[in-house]
Amino acid sequence: MQAEGPIKTFSLQTDKFLDNQLRERLSKKPFSKSSIAIRTCGLLLIFLTIYAFISFDYKDVNFIDALLLTLDNLGKMFFEPHLKHFSFSHALFQVLVTLGLAFLTTIFGAIIALLLGLLAAENISSKPLSVVIKGTVALIRAVPTVLWVLIFAVAAGLGSVAAVIGMTFHSISYLVKAYSESFEELDKGAIEALQASGANWWQIVFQAVIPSSITYMVSWTFLRFEINFAVAVAMGAAAGAGGIGFDMFMASGFYFDLREIGAITYFILIVAICLEIFATRIKKKLKVLS
Amino acid sequence: MSADVFAKKRRNSLLLLLIVGVATIVSIIITEYNMAKGFTSVPKAVQWALSNFYPTKDSLAKLPDILVKLKETLLISIAATTVAAVLAFIFAVLGSNTTKVNRFFGSISRGIAIIFRNIDVSVWSMVLLFSFGQSSFTGYFALFFGSFGFLTRAFIETIDEVSGSSVEALQATGANYLTVISQSVIPSTIPQMISWVLFMIETNIRNATLVGLLTGSGIGFTFNLYYKSLNYDIASLVVITIIISILCIEFISNYVRRVIL
Repeated sequence: MQAEGPIKTFSLQTDKFLDNQLRERLSKKPFSKSSIAIRTCGLLLIFLTIYAFISFDYKDVNFIDALLLTLDNLGKMFFEPHLKHFSFSHALFQVLVTLGLAFLTTIFGAIIALLLGLLAAENISSKPLSVVIKGTVALIRAVPTVLWVLIFAVAAGLGSVAAVIGMTFHSISYLVKAYSESFEELDKGAIEALQASGANWWQIVFQAVIPSSITYMVSWTFLRFEINFAVAVAMGAAAGAGGIGFDMFMASGFYFDLREIGAITYFILIVAICLEIFATRIKKKLKVLS
Repeated sequence: MSADVFAKKRRNSLLLLLIVGVATIVSIIITEYNMAKGFTSVPKAVQWALSNFYPTKDSLAKLPDILVKLKETLLISIAATTVAAVLAFIFAVLGSNTTKVNRFFGSISRGIAIIFRNIDVSVWSMVLLFSFGQSSFTGYFALFFGSFGFLTRAFIETIDEVSGSSVEALQATGANYLTVISQSVIPSTIPQMISWVLFMIETNIRNATLVGLLTGSGIGFTFNLYYKSLNYDIASLVVITIIISILCIEFISNYVRRVIL
């Protein structure tokens, strides 16, 4: 806390505050609202899980046999990987394509989400506008990415265009939420001080809002990049977006070649782990800076 | 001196911008993304959606079938998350720096979690399809493995963050390992963990759609069926039911989070 202006006597207010706090603590019983909520939630989840196991569509699958077969398959995948239908360099290029898809959607998403996020933050925009944008974004987020891609595929045809636009939609909605929440954490005094000195909206945004939340924005954006890489793999498999996901789909659905799936999985795993390590590093560095 | 700092800052941000710009152009080239087509396809898609993508009276007849599939998908997502959460908690206790038994088990459990987390559910579902076929198990295990990896990471972070000092205090009184876990770690982390589990259920319902598309089961398959046969009115009804169920679950989990955290 910074001491500014003449010192006032807060004793009465402080007393009242402490008193309230004490009363609140004393009133907490073992069966408070939160512990009831936790118990109900836990019991409900257990009940639903048991019900789910009873109502599953088992389709005469012999569980033990299938489990052993899965273990055998996993062994083949991870211990005897090979590339049969395409070369190593082709696989490497396809990984790059998938990374490219993830990068494009993240960049497009971040740029649009920055603008919308500014308009959605209550403290620098108006309340009705913020409510409208946040509501729309929640609705967009509720639709799974693959459905967005398939919906755009009707207009643009299956391929990278539909994939990028569909994935960008989801990235925007995710990042608008993250950005606007970090903008709203900004101290009100900073905005008021700039307004009092006659700064216009853009100046407030660039001098106070963005500099104070840039660390959050970077780590959220990179997290989204990580997610988008996984999504891009899935879109290659489910929506013909190309990249390593499509090769995976071919290996699984057409060639039934487990060893090739294993090799592709290694490619995906290595990239994903690299991204995760990189993200943790960035987060640590930003924490030190701020 | 200060002028230097500003110049350096400007140089750095310009460099960063340049790198991002080059990476964008390279990505556009290798993915064969068409900028103009991308921009024009948005209004085209909106126009198409307004004229085709809404449920009609006839499609409402399919609603009971859709709801049965939706219920199945919701139950699979919930069951996969809760069972994964229990397993993830055990791994998190072994892998966390505050509560690990020894370094060896710590790194093993963290390593397993890293591998499970970074193999996407789409990959799991394609692999499991070989052995479990089009039964509920395929979707269940695909979601289970993905949730397990993610929740282990989340729980490890929670345990490290929340229960460091109370674990130390209990260890100082001579409490044994299981007492420390049951009296300190679980009570102090359970609100955070429930919050993560609820988040994972939300994510899993979205992922279940994708898994269903790939493996031919659940609500994803229903959507694909009507989408591929060009019955867009029924497909839109499927999308609407998914939206409503996800918004409901988001609402419930936001409420629970407000109460418990």
